[in-house]
Amino acid sequence: MISIRDVSKHFGSFQALKGCSTEVKKGEVIVVCGPSGSGKSTLIKCVNGLEKFERGEIVVNGTSVGDPRTDLPKLRAHVGMVFQHFELFPHMSITENLTIAQVKVLGRGKEEAIARGLTLLDRVGLRSQAEKFPGQLSGGQQQRVAIARALAMDPICMLFDEPTSALDPEMINEVLDVMVALAREGMTMMCVTHEMGFARKVAHRVVFMDQGQIVEDARTDDFFGSPRSERAQQFLSKILQH
Amino acid sequence: MSYQWRWGVFLDPVPSSGATYLGWMLTGLQTTVQLSLTAWLIALVVGSLMGVLRTVPSRWLRGIATVYVEVFRNVPLLVQLFIWYFVVPELLPVSVGTAVKQLHPFLQQFLAAMVCLGLFTGARVCEQVRAGIESLSKGQKSAGLALGFTLSQTYRHVLVPMAFRIVVPPLTSEFLNIFKNSAVASTIGLLELAAMGRQLVDYTAQPYESFISVTVLYVLVNVVIMAFMRWVEGRTRVPGYIGGGR
Amino acid sequence: MYELDWSSIPGALPFLWAGMKVTLKITATAMLAGIAWGTLLAVMRFSSNRLLSWFAAGYVNLFRSIPLIMVLLWFFLIVPAFLEGLFNTPRSSDTRLTSALVAFALFQAAYYAEIIRAGIQSVPSGQASASLALGMTYGQAMRLVILPQAFRNMTPLLLTQTVILFQDTCLVHVSALADFFGVAYKVGDRDGRLVELLLFAGAVYFAVSYLASFLVKRYQGRLAT
Repeated sequence: MISIRDVSKHFGSFQALKGCSTEVKKGEVIVVCGPSGSGKSTLIKCVNGLEKFERGEIVVNGTSVGDPRTDLPKLRAHVGMVFQHFELFPHMSITENLTIAQVKVLGRGKEEAIARGLTLLDRVGLRSQAEKFPGQLSGGQQQRVAIARALAMDPICMLFDEPTSALDPEMINEVLDVMVALAREGMTMMCVTHEMGFARKVAHRVVFMDQGQIVEDARTDDFFGSPRSERAQQFLSKILQH
Repeated sequence: MSYQWRWGVFLDPVPSSGATYLGWMLTGLQTTVQLSLTAWLIALVVGSLMGVLRTVPSRWLRGIATVYVEVFRNVPLLVQLFIWYFVVPELLPVSVGTAVKQLHPFLQQFLAAMVCLGLFTGARVCEQVRAGIESLSKGQKSAGLALGFTLSQTYRHVLVPMAFRIVVPPLTSEFLNIFKNSAVASTIGLLELAAMGRQLVDYTAQPYESFISVTVLYVLVNVVIMAFMRWVEGRTRVPGYIGGGR
Repeated sequence: MYELDWSSIPGALPFLWAGMKVTLKITATAMLAGIAWGTLLAVMRFSSNRLLSWFAAGYVNLFRSIPLIMVLLWFFLIVPAFLEGLFNTPRSSDTRLTSALVAFALFQAAYYAEIIRAGIQSVPSGQASASLALGMTYGQAMRLVILPQAFRNMTPLLLTQTVILFQDTCLVHVSALADFFGVAYKVGDRDGRLVELLLFAGAVYFAVSYLASFLVKRYQGRLAT
């Protein structure tokens, strides 16, 4: 579904990604982790072309992302993304947030879009908030709406960019629960996150990054059981101390 | 001091015309309002467009908008007005220039002042709109794109509507400024409020009454606009949204 | 097409320079007097004396709601005559420059006062408490602790306002005072070269304002780091 081959990227003279390669198969859930500044957010933003990369190739469902001829909006319409800071549109009600892209991008009718939006809102347990505005919801609620907004586009895969790191601790679980349910249904997911409990529970593979490189790419059990690299071992022991 | 106050002067008829001096004042006020509102329309349209261009990825388009802002912000309004009124008609192709010069004098003055004030204020509106767009987090743009919006859809549905709500309060002061700045049009002979006040002094020898009335009228216009913009602010407020950025 | 002819500018340069000196004189005087009076107004607005704070608020709001041209007309047409009547002095020589200086200073003070007020508000209130706790009077706290910090924060804004003031000085045109713009206009009118002289004046104002704004921006950048 997503194949990343030898991708490199610079921000000025700083090399953010150094020859990264990995793959996400259909129905697979992979977790990307690593210390801050390791390039994991940059990598996931390359997958739907929000960040440009200079070398290498990323192919999503048969479409090459880096190819200048690729219709990126069309590709992105079917790749869901969830952001660290939710990025709901503050001037639109929750319903409008859920329907605007369905109508304007997918060309769905208004009625159909609202029905689809409300179904998904129900699914994340927020049906009663449909008429509110993002600023009136808690962080956890906003992030659940953001997931529903992405799902409303019927994505073929979902990208999560640190979806819980801007949340107060007591709100993290409500978001993780939604993500776990999604994973169990067989959604293809690529998740940048520090939530190792989530990784253990649903991830098929864990990709560990450091200083722009993929240091370790292993099955979940292997990663937690016997991490090969020293940096991954250090990272894991640090996480456990928190 | 031997000044004779006579507020009744406004009801005196103007020599050789059916109007009263009060009528003069109101005509002046009307011109001020018409000039300010039409110029404001130009300022909003040009300013918003340029404000958006100031933030787009294309270096060329950004450059055009930057030049616009710098030129119109760094040349005094009076000089700009004189250039629009005296210089531009000369530099236009002869046929167009001649046509402009054959317009009714009032129309010539009004058009020059309207375009001048509009573009002058537009440069300021542009900077407010740019600041508004830049105050939105970068993530908003990413979120729009990630949903499959094209860049222009992202601007239309996500960035611009939100930026406008943020810039309503600073735009209020620009809206007030355009009324105050419109008085500069009196220097090219447009008979708006300030010019009428001056003319009244020449005609009636009651300078205090004329100037006090004109000043009070400007203050009143100010109060009305502030009330109006407060109403607009209330209408465009985004529920639960506090300040710019997060 | 109109044929541009710049030949009347070189000969007029000494007059233009004399005009520029008038422009700069008005700018500098109005800036210094305006900031001094504006500071006083800003402090008055925070005063616990109702009369003082109302006066300051009324002054600032009045001047900010009328066009500069109206203020100038008041000071060119009405105030001199009023003063003559009041003191029964004979019609003295040319008071236009004095009128202009006073009008600009009083007008700009209202704008400076708003900037300074915001600057004072930007200083954390703990600073005032700490000064008072050290035994300072309110005046001392303002002078020694609050205002120095406030001025540091708002210097760029005060300078930007001064660039606007520099541009606004050409409105003395309404009294036909020979500032830079006035001279340029007169030369253009005399030689029938208004187009060239107006473009030249615009270019000079642009160059000075652009450079000044650029320097302010750089200074602001230095403050931030």
